Parts: sequence; structure tokens; C-alpha cells
Amino acid sequence: MNLDSSKKIAGYAHPEALVSTDWVAENLGKHGITLVESNEDILLYETGHIEGAVKLDWHTELNHPLKRDYLEPEQFAELMSRKGISREDTVVIYGDRSNWWATYAFWVFKLFGHEDVRIMDGGRALWINQGRELTKEIPEGTTEYPVVPRQDSEIRAFRDEVLNHLGKPLIDVRSKAEYTGERLHMADFPNEGATIGGHIPTAHSIPWSTATAEDETFLPVTELERIYLQETGFDKNQDFIAYCRIGERSSHTWFVLKYLLGLSSVRNYDGSWTEWGNLVGVPIAKGEHPGEAA
Amino acid sequence: MSSAEVIDNFTLLPEAERLNMLLEYSEALPTVPEQHDGFDFERVEECQSPVYLAVEVEDGKVSLFFDAPREAPTTRGFASVLHSALDQSTVDEVINFDDSFPDKLGIAHLISPLRMRGIRGMIGRIKRLTRELSE
Repeated sequence: MNLDSSKKIAGYAHPEALVSTDWVAENLGKHGITLVESNEDILLYETGHIEGAVKLDWHTELNHPLKRDYLEPEQFAELMSRKGISREDTVVIYGDRSNWWATYAFWVFKLFGHEDVRIMDGGRALWINQGRELTKEIPEGTTEYPVVPRQDSEIRAFRDEVLNHLGKPLIDVRSKAEYTGERLHMADFPNEGATIGGHIPTAHSIPWSTATAEDETFLPVTELERIYLQETGFDKNQDFIAYCRIGERSSHTWFVLKYLLGLSSVRNYDGSWTEWGNLVGVPIAKGEHPGEAA
Repeated sequence: MSSAEVIDNFTLLPEAERLNMLLEYSEALPTVPEQHDGFDFERVEECQSPVYLAVEVEDGKVSLFFDAPREAPTTRGFASVLHSALDQSTVDEVINFDDSFPDKLGIAHLISPLRMRGIRGMIGRIKRLTRELSE
């Protein structure tokens, strides 16, 4: 599938992972492209969505039904088949709140090695603000998506790996108040049950939305370099891990680091604070400073 | 509409259609009448999306007013469900309203736990404001 050759997108390290709303409008209905809408508000899709887009519900469809984990390979294949997505499809994901849940879905697609997945820059809000059409029509049709193994190791970090990572690039993407330990949860969200507030020692605080502009698009590449590399002093070739509360906000930062900045090793710690803040015996830092690796 | 009728509206439906019912509720949330502009709205902090609530008590009857953006249909839906179940109830009915009402709608597993706390937050605030206004 052709890439978005607009100047802004061509400037990113992996321009094949991002498309503009213009590109989507031009390629609407083209064979081989499936649009996927993934929102924080799970009813938004039903109020209207881009023509041909299928809904992916992050809460009920991407998680394992019994344990805190993602789908098994068979379940993912079944989900994709039910949504009418083929393994060869160009999957373009967009959503509300600056593509927060769209990047989460993107990350899950990548756990299963789906090759051509892209985010629509600016997400649902930009599409609507540009006065583009929505429909309530729900696409039908199924496919036969193959069962492929889930590959966690490259892009997913587990707690013991994080414990061994202290002192290396670690980014806490939650709000400042969550980072310092003043709050146990996001300002407008109720507590999801972490026992202790604070952050993983040595983690830098860069709230996820720092990477987005007011129109919900990603900042240009030079701005992102300044925020994540120059201001932190991190080296592009180091291993990076990002975390938040359950791994959704940090998948946004993961996407920025890996696909827009092109860092070679970036993992999302989806256990995040709801795991770390409850683990027995792990070190925790409070306050504004990253703290020391014990 | 009584809260039992609201519960029936959801639970008599097959599971796959219950979220659509919530969407219908969200579309039916009454707009705040103009004379209530500048009314003392309180933000429901427990909700992920902005929703504002005002309560009025007159002759022992409780009136509820909600303001929530169209871009937040789930939050609007919950506000509208509570409006249907509680608006024009008596003070006693509101104060004694069943706290487990949200669980009885049969949608808890379709909605994230955060959302369910959001609707409980609304109920808590409605009760507190009603109590304050009727003292």
C-alpha cells in the first residue's frame, strides 16, 4: 500500500507507520485497507465512525478473559477474522483522546507481528474537526486470519526485566502528580488499586500527552527529539522502557519512541503502576526526582 | 420511570444489545433548561469525562440536571440512566436509592471498572447534594 508522502510524516523515522487524515480520505474504501477505531469511550464508534471502519473494544476484546494478559494466538486470529481483517491488510487505527487507545491497539497488533499497521495522525477528533463525514453503518464480512504466535519479548517488558533496567532509559508517562506519589491515579480517574504512590526509581517523568499537539496530532520529529533525547540525555541506542498505570498511555509513548523517533529497542511495561505499586519488596521513589537505582 | 423499569430495559435485552441501549439513553439525556444557566453545577470527579451535576429539591421532589459533552456518550448514557431512574423521586427515595443499582444493569463486564466507579460516583454525589438541600 502506498505511503503517506506528506512532508511531516516523511520526516519521521518510520513514515510507514503513520498516515494523515488526507491520506485516509483519499484511500477510503480501497481494497486491502481496513480502518479500525479504538476509543477510550467504547460507545463513541456507535455514534458515528469513518466509513468502513470496524470497532475494536480495548476493554472486552484485547484482553485475555481470565488472566491479566493479552489474547492467546487463537483468540487473536478469531478476533481478526470476525472483524474482517486479513493478515496482508494495511490496518489503519484511529481513536479518541489523541489516539491513546489507538496506539494501545497498535501495540497489540505488533505483539502478533501484523506487518502493516498505521496510526491516523490526529485521530477521531481531527477527522471530525476537519468536517469530514461519519457514518453509522457497520461493515460486515469475515476473513480467515491465521493463528500466529504472540511475540512478547521485543516490545513488552515484564517486572523482573524492569527491575534489572533501573538506571537505563525508563520513562514514566503518567501525570506529574502520579509520578511524585501525590496521587495514586489520574486526576479524573478513580484509583484502580495501587497500594503505594510514586515511581520506579530512575524513571524520568514525561507525561504521554507531551508528544501531542493541540489538534491531537503528533508533534513534529524535531520537537520529539528535543523532548525524549536532548532534554533527557538518553542515547538513541540504549534500551528504553515506558510505563504508566496499565500500559495504555505508555503504548502511546512506545509508539512515539519506536516509530516516530526510530529507537531500536523500546518496550512497553504493561504491568505498569498497578503491578509495581503493589509488588512486595520492589524499590519505589517519591517526589520530583528520578531517584537512585538501589 | 422507576429504577426497576430501567433495569428491565437493559436486562431483558440480549447482552450484545445492552450497550446500544446505553447509547439510546445517552442520546435521550435532557438538555439543561435555560433558566438553570449559572446553576450550581458540581463536577463529578469520579468520571473520566467531564460531567456536571446539579440537584434541586422542591416540595420534597428531587430534580436532576446533567451536563456532559456529546463526545462522551458512555458518561452521558450513565447520567441519562440515573436521570430516568431518579428524577422527580422523593427525597427519601433518592437518599435510600440502591447503591448496587449499576451492577444490576447487567453491563458491568462490558464496561471498564473505572466507568462503573464513575456511575457510583454520580449516585454518591446525587445523594449527598439531596441530603444537603433537604436539611
